[in-house]
Amino acid sequence: MVAVTATTETGARPVRARRRLRLPAWFGTTPFLAYVAIFLLLPTGIVVVNAFRSPSGALNLSGLKAPFESPDRSLFTGSIQLCLISSVLGAVLGAILAYAIASGDPDGAVRRLYIAVSGVLAQFGGVTLAFAFVVLIGPVGLLMHASWFYTFPWGIAVIYTYFQVPLMVLVFLPAIDGLKVQWREASESMGASAWQYWRYVGGPLLAPAFLGAALLLFANALSAFATIVAWENQIAYIVPQQIYLAINSEVGLSNVNQADVLALGMIILVAIIMTGYALLQRRAARWLR
Amino acid sequence: MAAVTSVGEAPLAASARRPRGMQAGRRRRLNAFRYVVFTFFTLFFLLPLLAMLRFSFEGSSLGTWSASAWSEIVSYQGPPPLLSAVEISLELGVLTSVVTLALLVPTMIWIRLRVQWISRAFEFLCLLPLTIPAIVLVVGLAPVYNRIRHYELSALMLFWAYVILALPYAYRALAAGLNAIDVKTLSEAARSLGARWFTVIFRVIAPNMWQAILNALLLSAALALGEFTIAYTLLYNNLQVELYSIDRNTPNASVIFSTSLTALIFTFLLLLIISYAGRRRRRGMR
Amino acid sequence: MEGLSRRYGDVVALDGLDLTVQPGELVTLLGPSGCGKTTTLRLLAGLEDADGGQITVGGSDVTRLPASKRDMGMVFQAYSLFPHMTARQNVAFGLRLRRIGSAERDKKAVEMLELVGLAEQADRYPHQLSGGQQQRVALARALAIEPQVLLLDEPLSALDAKVRAQLRDQIRRIQLDVGITTLFVTHDQEEALAISDRVGVMQGGRIEQLAPPTEIYSRPATAFVAEFVGLTNRLAGTVSGSTVTVRGRDLPLVDISTPPGPAIALIRPEAVTLASDSSSESGPLTGTVIASTFLGATSRVTVDLGDTTIMAQLTTADAVALPAGSRVSLTIRPDPVLVSADAAPAAEAE
Repeated sequence: MVAVTATTETGARPVRARRRLRLPAWFGTTPFLAYVAIFLLLPTGIVVVNAFRSPSGALNLSGLKAPFESPDRSLFTGSIQLCLISSVLGAVLGAILAYAIASGDPDGAVRRLYIAVSGVLAQFGGVTLAFAFVVLIGPVGLLMHASWFYTFPWGIAVIYTYFQVPLMVLVFLPAIDGLKVQWREASESMGASAWQYWRYVGGPLLAPAFLGAALLLFANALSAFATIVAWENQIAYIVPQQIYLAINSEVGLSNVNQADVLALGMIILVAIIMTGYALLQRRAARWLR
Repeated sequence: MAAVTSVGEAPLAASARRPRGMQAGRRRRLNAFRYVVFTFFTLFFLLPLLAMLRFSFEGSSLGTWSASAWSEIVSYQGPPPLLSAVEISLELGVLTSVVTLALLVPTMIWIRLRVQWISRAFEFLCLLPLTIPAIVLVVGLAPVYNRIRHYELSALMLFWAYVILALPYAYRALAAGLNAIDVKTLSEAARSLGARWFTVIFRVIAPNMWQAILNALLLSAALALGEFTIAYTLLYNNLQVELYSIDRNTPNASVIFSTSLTALIFTFLLLLIISYAGRRRRRGMR
Repeated sequence: MEGLSRRYGDVVALDGLDLTVQPGELVTLLGPSGCGKTTTLRLLAGLEDADGGQITVGGSDVTRLPASKRDMGMVFQAYSLFPHMTARQNVAFGLRLRRIGSAERDKKAVEMLELVGLAEQADRYPHQLSGGQQQRVALARALAIEPQVLLLDEPLSALDAKVRAQLRDQIRRIQLDVGITTLFVTHDQEEALAISDRVGVMQGGRIEQLAPPTEIYSRPATAFVAEFVGLTNRLAGTVSGSTVTVRGRDLPLVDISTPPGPAIALIRPEAVTLASDSSSESGPLTGTVIASTFLGATSRVTVDLGDTTIMAQLTTADAVALPAGSRVSLTIRPDPVLVSADAAPAAEAE
């Protein structure tokens, strides 16, 4: 046997005949870091930097005021309105569905079916979905013609909710699974009714996870673009639509700057939301794992 | 951050549970509740899909029936022909999922084994694309893609951006797979038997998370197939953009629905199969 | 409990079980997994419904009553403390449900925590407490509502050995202090024998023997009990009349109605004594020491008798004098023994 040598702290790549490559272990992550740097961090950086620039390239903070003044302001309120409605609806409905799934056979067909369905529907929310709803409750709808279908925000909110619910199921189900059966039984044996259990034990325990999931839904709705474009693309109701117009219209460079500013606005909004989500998740994880 | 239910994952406690009953009254109420909820949601989810199904069989005038939408998938001329858009999206699907996995699997295993201190930052980076909406990413990517356009490269170049979009989903699926196996012990065992790192990653760890890998693959491919925003904004033509422009030109053309349904059903079946395949394996290992 | 039965699909968990617990008594249900002891406890708690039979508490029939209406306190094996509440809040939970004012609640909670010795940890959260401390809080919580019956479902199984021993004594002390009727479930025979007034050994959904610990140990009613509780030697012998002849010695039988013929005698290691044997003749009760297992104050010595092996329990000092390879002669104390007809060895519980 070879004499035992202590392993070095830094990760050694396989030793080749005479050359010894001693690279620190984290070099293994270089391909990933390089990729992300170029295709995620760089574009984001470009957006952020350009938002602070005037068309001539000088530093210009006036762009930052734009989201708070109309017409951009109505875009942001429109966005937030739509997101609020669809995420509240999605969260509540999704939570109910998630509970129904979680309270059944963990290996059963129903559970697998619904998780697969949720996996698919959470992804395919865009163009396809909007068309499906047009066909269902639009002007020549098979089910009915919902006169409110083309109104903002309620018409489009129904469509948004359709892909929010599956996402809620996927994100919230682990939390419900994390509720230990012993807690229910312990509270029962101490005399708690079902309502008391949810009010004092189940509810408080699920609250952080629920709120976190709802925030995630909110961020998800905020970013949605495809659905609303397929629904109605003549008028820009929400920020992403305006960004698109700003990039692709022929009016000139100044609109690209608008796109950057709007994009920055979105980044900030979503960043706030995701921070809230992360904090809530930490709390939920401690209790429900 | 949060665990997300991936297909095929049953709650860990399930296998450890002995038959544990529930009080009759409570069970009755619970079953009634489940019955109502599932009926409601089955209808809720099914209705638009059924509408799509009905419409995919719609003939040239309202109220008639025709299966032409289905054969048209192959023959729709465009411009551009639907089939070429399908082809591009499929290729993008494959490309995206392969590159995403090639990027993530070795990196994640490596991090878990050797560079644990990076994992927080790594997770943050992987989940960042959730935070940066696609439409915002496109604003920053536009200059890059404008330059690419000079070289007349096809829409396949979209995959660079798609990989980024797929990162959060693939990461979560793979993380779930890694959590389920004892990576440290397996790798130490392999190393003590003389395996190099390459072998450990590709021949020891990765095969043990095949279900998570399949999941990640499918999610990335599904993302590429369903992606619209970036392709549309950058003026490329993929499946979703094509479907959209068909609708713009011929409102409610039924071929849109036949195509979409095919994609949906196909993905759904794959997810379901993965979910069941995982279970059999778990049983087999007992 | 009378005639209780419960099945899960094809599996019969309980098969006509009868059990009466006297007020203030601590009865332990002991048995291997799957024997039905936990099921019995859960039926008593009301967490599951019996398929047949009746449950009476303090004279009233509670069989149809849901768990929340039965006046019982329960301690689970693990994880039962509410993670989002402090120890104090956990203990006060039952009182809060009964709409007891917050000042009084608090007083009672502190009182209970003092009873289990955790008054100083009142404001800690479960994840800040050790396993043993968590179980003590769970006990305080169950007792706070002053229930008629206390139920404990393997409360010590998830704890370290040392903590387990300390905690079981503490549980017994508190139980005697408060004087509450208690049903305790465990698979650990040491626990059962140490703290119970009576022990019910269960197997396959039925109680094999229900008796005080000493009786369970020294006068097991069935072969299963003899083999589950403590260690047993199995030696071939012949029954005739009221004795069984094992390797040339006659030993009295516990059950004198045992039919004559060949049988397996169940003999406790403590009933076997060893003496150094310098003579070279080998008789039915001579053999060679194979191994010694050091158990602290005592040691278990395994002796090879040629056609079988036997275990003897000696003080360590005596065992040290007989190292492996020594020739020894055995004496079997003439305690009444049980015989078993079946030849298949049962699983040993350690």
